[in-house]
Amino acid sequence: MIVPLATGIHHTSYASELALRNTRGEKARLGLGILALGALPFLLDSYWLSVVNAIGIAAIGAIGLNILVGFTGQISLGQGGFLAVGAFTSALLSGRAGVPIPVAIAAAVVVTAIGGVIAGLPALRLKGLYLAIATLGSQEIIEFVIRRWRWLTGGQGFLEAPPLGVLGWHVQRATFERTWYWVILGAAALGAAAARNVFRTALGRSFMAVRDHEVAASTIGVNVTRAKLGAFALSSGYVGLAGALTAHYSGTVSWERFTREVSVLYLGMIIVGGLGSIAGSIYGAAFLLLLPPLLSALADAVRTTAPFLADQLPALQVAAVGLVIMLFLIFEPRGLDRLWRRVRDYFGSWPFRY
Amino acid sequence: MTQFLQLTVYGLANGAVLALAALGFVLIYKATNVINFAQGEFLLVGAYAFYSGFVLLQLPALLAVALGVVVAVALGVTIERLVLRPLIGREPIAILMVTIGLSAVLKAVVQIAYGTTPRTMPRLLPGGSVEILGAVIPVDRLVAIAVAGVVLAGFSAFFRWSRHGVAMRAVADDPQAALTQGISVTRISALAWAMAATSAVAGGVLIADIAEVSQNLAGFGLIVFPVVILGGLDSVPGTILGGFVIGLVSQYADGVSPGASQVVPYVVLVVILLVRPYGLFGQPRIERV
Repeated sequence: MIVPLATGIHHTSYASELALRNTRGEKARLGLGILALGALPFLLDSYWLSVVNAIGIAAIGAIGLNILVGFTGQISLGQGGFLAVGAFTSALLSGRAGVPIPVAIAAAVVVTAIGGVIAGLPALRLKGLYLAIATLGSQEIIEFVIRRWRWLTGGQGFLEAPPLGVLGWHVQRATFERTWYWVILGAAALGAAAARNVFRTALGRSFMAVRDHEVAASTIGVNVTRAKLGAFALSSGYVGLAGALTAHYSGTVSWERFTREVSVLYLGMIIVGGLGSIAGSIYGAAFLLLLPPLLSALADAVRTTAPFLADQLPALQVAAVGLVIMLFLIFEPRGLDRLWRRVRDYFGSWPFRY
Repeated sequence: MTQFLQLTVYGLANGAVLALAALGFVLIYKATNVINFAQGEFLLVGAYAFYSGFVLLQLPALLAVALGVVVAVALGVTIERLVLRPLIGREPIAILMVTIGLSAVLKAVVQIAYGTTPRTMPRLLPGGSVEILGAVIPVDRLVAIAVAGVVLAGFSAFFRWSRHGVAMRAVADDPQAALTQGISVTRISALAWAMAATSAVAGGVLIADIAEVSQNLAGFGLIVFPVVILGGLDSVPGTILGGFVIGLVSQYADGVSPGASQVVPYVVLVVILLVRPYGLFGQPRIERV
């Protein structure tokens, strides 16, 4: 995968070569983005802020999945299962064992990473679609366990997760969404920056080498086993974080949030956003999670003229997500990230073609 | 012992239906190397098309089947032309996700057209039950086994002896070599999708007759994975055996601990993938790492 770079840059120091952003345009856009993110909680009402919070958590999970699928080429249909592992670990540790919440979340990340390595073992022998089917098997098995294992939920079908809090401080009901916004934003920003930097290290590059050609990668000395299991661990760590945040954010954990449809939705996010792109994972999460609420807002707006929309809303939301995934695969397989680059390059050299 | 026998016959009947559901899946994989996650939705469309003809339009059963086949062929050919052909030669994740997207769209379309309440249909298969060696066996299960057997034998013969069946195998084996022999790869792949959708009509009608016409039919699209992986993705006899084995294993599992049938097939799936990924009868040519 070739990442187009801005031209005309020559570095005169190691520091400038290491910088993620080089041109004035890139820095200006970063500044605008930070401003917009800072202003968001003051502009949105709590409903739309809750949508944004859901997007933030999903973005962390999507980055994790993209590390595995987009950067390492290992297809996983087990995302929902890993989210469940993270959510249940954190909720059990903090709710039942009384572990402080930040520690519980960190433990959830580690436990999910270990779970990911176990679920990733078939990847050592299987490729492509066969691996996808194997992870589908893992998903179904995890889903069955969390549905049927009565000890997990104490027999009530769901598990309560205590609200977020550190050393006596707790999230207040009045500022619930806004506080969570800053927590999620912080976690997502750190996660995105870390993921971006991983792919400038030897480990991250070995992931990409495995994706592009396994045999070639092993002949130049990449330890394929280590790269694959490492990708599963790293990816599942992100997914576990997303799962743990979901647990404490929503307050209850039940199996319905971690079904196969969730796995598919996350795969949709990284396809719509762009496989092999950290920024794309965030765009994709935003796109697919904004689609249903926007559709329902549209249906509300035209309720009198087109009642059909409102009546069939749930089915239409499902169909819209499926259709968007299909259209992107057929017309823009590199996703929103590529679309954005094309727009940027077009205007960057306007009025010339290149 | 009686319970064992009863479980066995139910397992065989479910297995026959499973094999039928999985058949279309194998057809598409054999001819185009595409794994079709929308197979369950094909069953759904087939069953609802038949239901529309038989109940809503009051057609005779045979005409209703014909209507179902026409709908299925149109659907299969359209999907192949509009969705799969632009993706020829693309990476596995693209193919996988496009069929998953397709399944969401098909399911939603059926839901918009028919709603979510299950529909009941007048019985086609004879009711009643017979007693064999002390176990009570509903007749419709036996008929289902017979119908599935006939359809499956027909498809096996098709692949073995007919020109199109052989051409399909050639395309699956090596599309370029098939092209040089004058086989139209695109036409063969359209044929495969049409046939898969048609076989789903048979499967959908049988399942709908035993249970009811509802959205739950789509769930069968998932349970075909253990079946086809066990039998070997590209083997029709393997699919039949896989269907019976998974049907039996699920029934026995339920007999030991009710509800276990929801997970045991997937445990079998993962174990088979780890031990013998090409299944019992598949060609051992999948790329190992």
